[in-house]
Order: sequence, then C-alpha cells, then structure tokens
Amino acid sequence: MPEIDSILEKYPIIQTDNLISILQEIQEKFGFISKEALVKISDYLKIPTSKIYGLASFYSQFRFEPKGKYHIRICNGTSCHINSNLIILNELYKKLSIKDGEVTKNKLFSFEETECMSGCGYGPVMTINEKVYTKLTIDKVLDIINFYMQIENQ
Amino acid sequence: MMTVSSTQNNKDFIINNILLNESEVFTNDVSDKLSIIKRDKITFPIITVSQNSGSIITGAQNLKELIKNYLIERNIKATVIEVGSLGICSIETLISIQLPGKTKLLYKNVKEENFKAIIDGNFNNFIVEENVFCQFRNKMHEPYENIPYIDEIAFFSNQQRIILKNCGIIDANSIDEYLAFGGYKSFVKVIKHYTHEDVCNIVNQSKLRGRGGEGLYTGKKWKTALDTPGDNKYLICNAGESDPGAFMERLLLESDPHAIGARKAFIYIEWEYDLAIKRLTNAIQQAKEYGLLGHDIYKSGYSLEIIIKKGAGAYVCGEETALISNIEGKRGRPRPSNAAINGLYGQPTVVNNVETLVNIPIIIEKGAQWFNSIGTEESKGTKVFSISGKIEFVGLVEVEMGTKLRDIIYRIAGGIPNNKKFKAVHIGGPTGGTLSEEHIDTLVDYDSIMLTGASLGSAGMVVLDEDNCIIDTVKYFMNFLQKESCGICIPCREGTRRMYEILENISKRPKDDFGHLSLQRFKGIMQLENLAEVIKDTSMCGLGKKAGYPVLTTLKWFQNEYEEHIFERNCNAGVCQELRTFEINVDVCIGCTICAKKCPTSAIVGSIKNAHFIVQDKCIGCGICYNACKFNAIISK
Repeated sequence: MPEIDSILEKYPIIQTDNLISILQEIQEKFGFISKEALVKISDYLKIPTSKIYGLASFYSQFRFEPKGKYHIRICNGTSCHINSNLIILNELYKKLSIKDGEVTKNKLFSFEETECMSGCGYGPVMTINEKVYTKLTIDKVLDIINFYMQIENQ
Repeated sequence: MMTVSSTQNNKDFIINNILLNESEVFTNDVSDKLSIIKRDKITFPIITVSQNSGSIITGAQNLKELIKNYLIERNIKATVIEVGSLGICSIETLISIQLPGKTKLLYKNVKEENFKAIIDGNFNNFIVEENVFCQFRNKMHEPYENIPYIDEIAFFSNQQRIILKNCGIIDANSIDEYLAFGGYKSFVKVIKHYTHEDVCNIVNQSKLRGRGGEGLYTGKKWKTALDTPGDNKYLICNAGESDPGAFMERLLLESDPHAIGARKAFIYIEWEYDLAIKRLTNAIQQAKEYGLLGHDIYKSGYSLEIIIKKGAGAYVCGEETALISNIEGKRGRPRPSNAAINGLYGQPTVVNNVETLVNIPIIIEKGAQWFNSIGTEESKGTKVFSISGKIEFVGLVEVEMGTKLRDIIYRIAGGIPNNKKFKAVHIGGPTGGTLSEEHIDTLVDYDSIMLTGASLGSAGMVVLDEDNCIIDTVKYFMNFLQKESCGICIPCREGTRRMYEILENISKRPKDDFGHLSLQRFKGIMQLENLAEVIKDTSMCGLGKKAGYPVLTTLKWFQNEYEEHIFERNCNAGVCQELRTFEINVDVCIGCTICAKKCPTSAIVGSIKNAHFIVQDKCIGCGICYNACKFNAIISK
C-alpha cells in the first residue's frame, strides 16, 4: 500500500528507535496494524516480523484487526470502578455478546476497555466513536446501544 | 477585535523587556503594556473557556466555537480564550467573563444549553445565580456585590497553589502570556549565569524529592548523572501518568536539562492524551520561535532540543528503565541498572516526572532557602494530588507537604456526597495502599505515609465510601497489575495472578463444600500475606516491589472485612455479586413464576399467584431472579 510507504519514508534513518512511532502512525491512519504493514515494516527496518509483533502486542495501544463501525470504549479506571462500572460492563457484554477487544460478527460494534479517560467526576464514562457518555446507568447504556442498533436497522 | 496573539511586535517587546530584563523594576511604558497582556487592563470583554480533558468529557469541545459564533452573531466585540483547568473537575465546564473595569467572574456547569443565557445576562448586568461560582480578586477592578471571591471558596482557600498557580488562568496556547507572568525567566537566568554544578547544588540544598513514586532526592540523581562521564547526556520527562490538559503543559519546558549538561530532552507522554500532546507540540514550537530552544540559546553557548515520544499504553513504562527501553524502540521492560549512570543508549540519563521538574524553576527563582521553609523535615515543598472516587469535588489539589488527610478530604474536596460514611482512602494508584478511618489524621508526606505501609506514589487519591467493598477494590488492582506485569520476574508475573485468583476465590461462593475445594480456598488465604511479601522482596522494578502493597495494607487495616468475606461469606457493601443473598418480599410478590422458571438451581419455590420463597441452601447468589423480577419484589442483601 502506498500509504504505508509514505509513512516509512518519514523515517529516513533506519534505526529501531522509530519502530514504536511508525506503528503508532500506521495505527492512526488505518485504525489497526495489518499483516501487510507488519511485513513492510520488517523489510524496511530489517527486523523479523516476529519481533515486531512481539513488541506491538506488548503494548495495549496496538490492535491487529479493524474496529467495528461503532467503536465503544469504556473507562475501566479506578474511579469508574468505584462508581460500579462493572455492572455496566457486564450488561454490555451480554447485550452485544462480545468481550474486551472483540468485534461483533456483523462488524458493527467493537469493544475496548481503557484506562482512565479523565472523566473521574462523571463516572462511569463511555465513548462511542467520538461521542462521550457520562454518569452511565444500565438503562442509559441499553438506550444508547438500542439507538445505534435502530439506526442500522433502518 | 483585540488579540494578544503572537505578533512580531509583541514578541520583541517581551523578549527584550521582560525575558532579558534582569531587574524586577519596569518602566511605566513597559508595565502598561504588560498589564494589557496580563489582562489587568482591557478595552474589550474577555471570555475564557476551560478546555481540558475533564471538561471535554462534559462537552466543552464545541463550547469555545459556539461562544465565538454567538458573539459574532450578536455583534459583540470580545475575545474568547482557551485556558487549562483550575483543578476542580466536578463543576466543569467553567467559563469566566471579564468586563472592562470589572472583576473576572467565574461560572460553573456551563453547557451548550445554558451558555447563551449566562453571557447575555452578564452583559446586561444580570448574573445567573444558579451558575455563578466566584470572582477573582483584583485591586484595579470593581467587584460584584454578594459574590464570593475565589480565595473565600474552601476548595481554593485551603490549598497552597505554587505549582498550579497559572493553571486555568492563563491562555494555554500563548507563550506571550506565560512570559508576561514571569515564565522562562529562571531558564534564562540559569543558562546565562549558572554552571552545571551551581544548579545541582541549589537543587540539592532545596531537598526536593522526586514526585514520581520512590521519593528519591532529585539533587542526588542529577549529581550522579553530572559526575558520570558520557558523550551525550539525556533528560527524560515522564509525563506518562500525569493528568493531561489539566496539568502544566507550558511550565514543563522551563525545567532544566542544563543542570546535568543534557543536550537532548525527551518528553514521554501517553498516546491517549491528545490535548496535552497538542499543547506541548505548540509550546515547543513557540519556544523555538522565541529562541528558547535550539542552538546556542541567547548566546550562552548552551543548546537544547526537545523531542516528544508518545507512549503506547503500558503501565510498567512509568518505571524509569522501562521508559528508556520504550524510547529506544523496544519492549518497555525494566532493566537492572541505574539510569543516571547507564541509561538511554548507555549514556547518563535523568528521568524525572513532570511535577518534579516544574518545581525546579520555582526553586531557582526563589532560592533553596524559601523552598526549605515549606513542608516537613524530610519532605519539602508542596504536592499535587488528584482526588477522585466518592468525593464532592473531584479534581487536582495542591497542598503543603504535611497537611492532614482529613483536611484534604473534608475541607478542600468537600467530603463524601449523599451523607454516606467514609470507609477508606486509597493513595498511590494500583501499587499504592489503602488507609482506613483511623489514619485520617495522618500527615501527608513521604515518610508518614510510608509508616502506614502505603506509598505516596503518583499521588492519586481515591476515596471509598460504605458502598464500596475493599476486597473488590483490591481485586481490581490485582487484575490490573497481573495484566500489566511485563513478565521478566517470575514472582511478579505469576504472583500477581495468583493473588488475583485467591481474592477471586474469597469473593465467590463455593459450588459445594465437599472435597478439597474449601481446604484449597483456605490455604490460599493463609498464603496471601506470604505471597505479597515474597513478590515485594524478589522483584526487580518498582511495579513488582509495590505490587503487594494493596493486599498488605488492606490485610492490616481491613482484616475484619476479609474475615467477613471468608467466614461469613457475606459482603456488607453488596458489591461482591456472588456473595449476595436474596429474599422475596411476600407483600410485593404476585406469584408470576418468572423467577422460579429462570432460577438455574431451582432454589425458588411457590405456586402461581402465590408469593414465592427462596431456599437459601440451594441459592448460588447469581442474581438472575433479581434482574428478572418486574415488580422489584426480590431484595438483595
């Protein structure tokens, strides 16, 4: 893919320092790190793909499959936990029948637990794509998910 | 429209008259112009909108643009400025309106729905009482009547804000304003007049301790790096854990890589902190334009370059050697070496966190003696805490070292909401410790906190009330740690996982009481303390060494809660789901039989249209009936 090449060209000095930055830029552009991208980086930096995958999977930022159309991120920071986000997590798992880091079969929803999103005064907090939802309750979460499902059904 | 943005004119004026002016006395001309930039004298109204990650959560992202558009629509001449956070997150979004000649008025809880009414009101001499928060004291301005000053609000009056003094007040994107408030002056002073040793000595005398986790003396660390020969020396600023946006973006740069003779400085920041990264990039750009960064700064012969490195989400990278691995493009794993001697690319490297570095310019400006006068015997200065959980005002507070916990929780942060009872306060993040009510009069400094078995850590405070379960909280931390353990030291990798499993066992109801199950469960509990101690003694880095803290402190201070879970199989707070017991309220139950049909162990008996009954011996506490009942007839205990 030409986009990957153009990202790689930004790092003319071939050294391993840049590996994380390259991966970050690719993820920013495509939303995930594909097999192709891994191979390309490995050719460019002369590091085995296994090493790159090992590094990328060490960090929680990188994902290896595309996000769903609606990417749900729910805060699992301490403050949200104290404000009982667990009930909401479980409710979402049940409703969408997926777990942390997975995508629904119809590729509509993907789900991610994240660290603190700095909405500690308004927990539990969740975002769907860019939209932020605060002070969640079970009813609220179900309404929100139903709303998105309805849009898709129409 | 009047702007104080970076025009060439302004730039030269500020550099020549303020930055390079070493006396504190200004000519009339200069102070006149200064007061315009400082917004003491204004000709048009100024509206500030707080833009930080906390306020963006509440929807402030569009607020600035909306206000701007609204002002244009109504043909009002006014400037809209984006500022950081005042540290009080529970009542965001805060906006302030300053009319010429009047004091600056601060409004809370401003949203897209109500901002028009507030602004209209203020311009027409009508203050929306519901939203007004306080006014800023300024002798040159005429005050509003019956509105408290900011220093009369308990949240602010009980704090000692040195590090956060500019936060939420100055324009987060303008270097001019920062300079006008005296920024970068220490930096210029240092590179022009001080040698490397001088700076190290000043910092050493100030007894400043690292604000990261360990509380090591910063001066010592610097001295080691300075004394170690090396081709290149590096300074790394660890901004991985600090609260973004709200914090100190701009102050950061002023920190002083000069002291160790570093030519290159890195700022490590988590990739998720968009806003902070944006502002930092902007601040570095502006500093370059003003000649504060680059080659031979202000003819001092000193050069400096700052590079931002984005972290990729690994908790262990808060550890300094792990952070160095990350910057080198490797897995963020700690190594057994002293970074000050053998750090980044094998060169002497100093790693400090943001708060530590922000203290430096203040020490340089006011002297080590002054800094020594604040705080306790061994912990000098102030400390910034983020306080959250079950608390009235969530936010950032800065207090003198040695303030009582009680003062922070009740006087500044406003205590526990909804008349609930205080249960515990957890200090220092997942590797910190939990303190109970009997510690509420503990002084907050490195050593007093250490005595209780907790650690100050990154100084996050989470307050728990009676509705929270201690076991559940510790379990949460253990789950976090076992995920984040990098895997080098086996005691940490396996031990945290095992501790999590033991805690999980405690908070579960056993399937049956036969065989070895109960015995195993009990053996695990007996070993919990031992396990935590072993992990502490045999791990390499800070994460492992402190991984046992939550368990050890809670075992010590909340033993009764463990016992209650283990012996009585009861969770008083009702958080541990499987330990809940259920009863049916016979007066409400109409006998619809839904719960009985859904019960997986047939523990619910009863006939149609008659109240049902739960056989406690059969019940496994799954809670399915509780969720299924449409009449709220099932009570959870």
